[in-house]
Amino acid sequence: MRHVYGWLLLTPAALLLVGFTHFPAAATLFDSLFSTGTVVRPSRFVALGNYAALADDPIFWQVLGNNLWFALGTIPTSMAIAMLMAIWVNDRLPARALVRMAYFTPTVLPMIAVANLWLFFYTPQIGLLDQLNAWLLGAPSHNWLGDPATVLACTMVMVVWKEAGFFMIFYLAALQSLPPELEEAAKMEGSSRWYFFRRVTFPLLMPTTLFVLVNATINSFKLVDHLFILTKGGPDNASSLLLYYIYQVAFSFFDTAYASTLTVILLLLLAGLALVQFQLVERRVHYR
Amino acid sequence: MSPATRRAPSLETAAAWLLALLWLSPLLYAFWAAFHPVEYATRFDPLAPLTLANFAKAWTYAPFPRHFLNTVMLVTMILAAQLVLCTLAGYAFARFEFAGRDIAFGLVLVQLLIMPEVLIVENYRIMSRLGLVDTLLGIGLPYMASAFGIFLLRQTFKTVPRELEDAARVEGCGFLGVLWRVYVPLARPTYLAYGLVSVSYHWNNFLWPLIVTNSVNTRPLTVGLAIFGAPESGVDWGVISAGTLMAVAPLLVAFLLFQRQFMQSFMQAGIK
Repeated sequence: MRHVYGWLLLTPAALLLVGFTHFPAAATLFDSLFSTGTVVRPSRFVALGNYAALADDPIFWQVLGNNLWFALGTIPTSMAIAMLMAIWVNDRLPARALVRMAYFTPTVLPMIAVANLWLFFYTPQIGLLDQLNAWLLGAPSHNWLGDPATVLACTMVMVVWKEAGFFMIFYLAALQSLPPELEEAAKMEGSSRWYFFRRVTFPLLMPTTLFVLVNATINSFKLVDHLFILTKGGPDNASSLLLYYIYQVAFSFFDTAYASTLTVILLLLLAGLALVQFQLVERRVHYR
Repeated sequence: MSPATRRAPSLETAAAWLLALLWLSPLLYAFWAAFHPVEYATRFDPLAPLTLANFAKAWTYAPFPRHFLNTVMLVTMILAAQLVLCTLAGYAFARFEFAGRDIAFGLVLVQLLIMPEVLIVENYRIMSRLGLVDTLLGIGLPYMASAFGIFLLRQTFKTVPRELEDAARVEGCGFLGVLWRVYVPLARPTYLAYGLVSVSYHWNNFLWPLIVTNSVNTRPLTVGLAIFGAPESGVDWGVISAGTLMAVAPLLVAFLLFQRQFMQSFMQAGIK
């Protein structure tokens, strides 16, 4: 009887999960083996043809590279800032609650709103960045978001600002679980604050660092909302990311088969990262 | 929080404050731009006249009341469905032995990785087959059976002592009665944490709602804000700031009031 009840309780959720996660994931794989059908030319089986096209698609390699730079540029920076924030906020700092709130606030804002706020920083001439630049350095106006050389870095600075406070709370929790005797002992030994951080705190935070690192990497493939406001992936795809490219291929170029092929690549990347994450959990490297 | 922490040296205190100011500055700047006439957008004159005109303009330039209504309805609908579905499924995984349970649980966890926004292409196709494009239900459906919610509630229900369930059984409660009278009340903190994360996530969610909606009657705030804030729309900076602040205000106020709960809930969501 408990068998029946168990499945009955599970059924509503299971139907939705299968319908909107497992079935579409399988359908994505299936569709990637066919061509996109048009009125004149119906969809036909092309085996790995879409994948061959993908290997020859310079934009695909460009957005994949962008994703890599985006991850490399945002994750270590935001994690380092997050660690610093957590250490400060964990100290008996005057107005600590206010400081902690300031660090965390960007996390609760939608990416669209954040991009709206930051757009003005980067606008040429009237934007704050340009004005600051002219005032401090006397530098000429620069189209920060219109220049392929600076656009990706601009989006990265914004994402670091958005994410650091979120990562901070994990470090804060880890710091609070460290035994206070360590710090007392270090004080008795007369070790400097920097030495204590380097030799005690940092190594003890390693499990949290690994945990945040994997999660942040997975997350970096899903962060694309800002592109809709700031750059639309441009100029010349210089700021585009894989998921944004999938969106463009599917909903601007209407090439659903190729979009499915790109989605398969994204799913493979995520699955690979999940495997890494699973290994970490298995080795019990994170707290809790 | 913990009493044993040492006092930070004053140089570091100054640095921590400076970073806090830096971190708040985009938001503070938005407040400045929203409450001042456009001539003062980049002139920080403390005597600049204050105005609410930007808010009034933003409110009429875009159908904000409708976007607000859509977002509130969407968030409420998703949360209500999630609470029911995840409670039932979490209870099944926590307290019932049934054939294929472990495999089923593994399959549920797959969704932690493959969030609906990754499957936009196929899910859009499914929604058009179901005739749900441009409906609030179409935006919400893929999120209703939440793997995170199921996982969280399963973990919580597992900590409930069996004796409580047995006692309720003796009193004549059925399976659902036990769930309703014993498990659900004991899991209240979990529901609160999950609710905060779910509401923030869907209040802020953008990509999937953008794809599924194509009319004012269904577009949530984020999508409305993206159309409104697009540089092509030619709206001036103060008005965009005002609109952005209006869209984030409810969540921001809730965060300021319940900071601790927010941070704890977000942390639970991250750790899983």
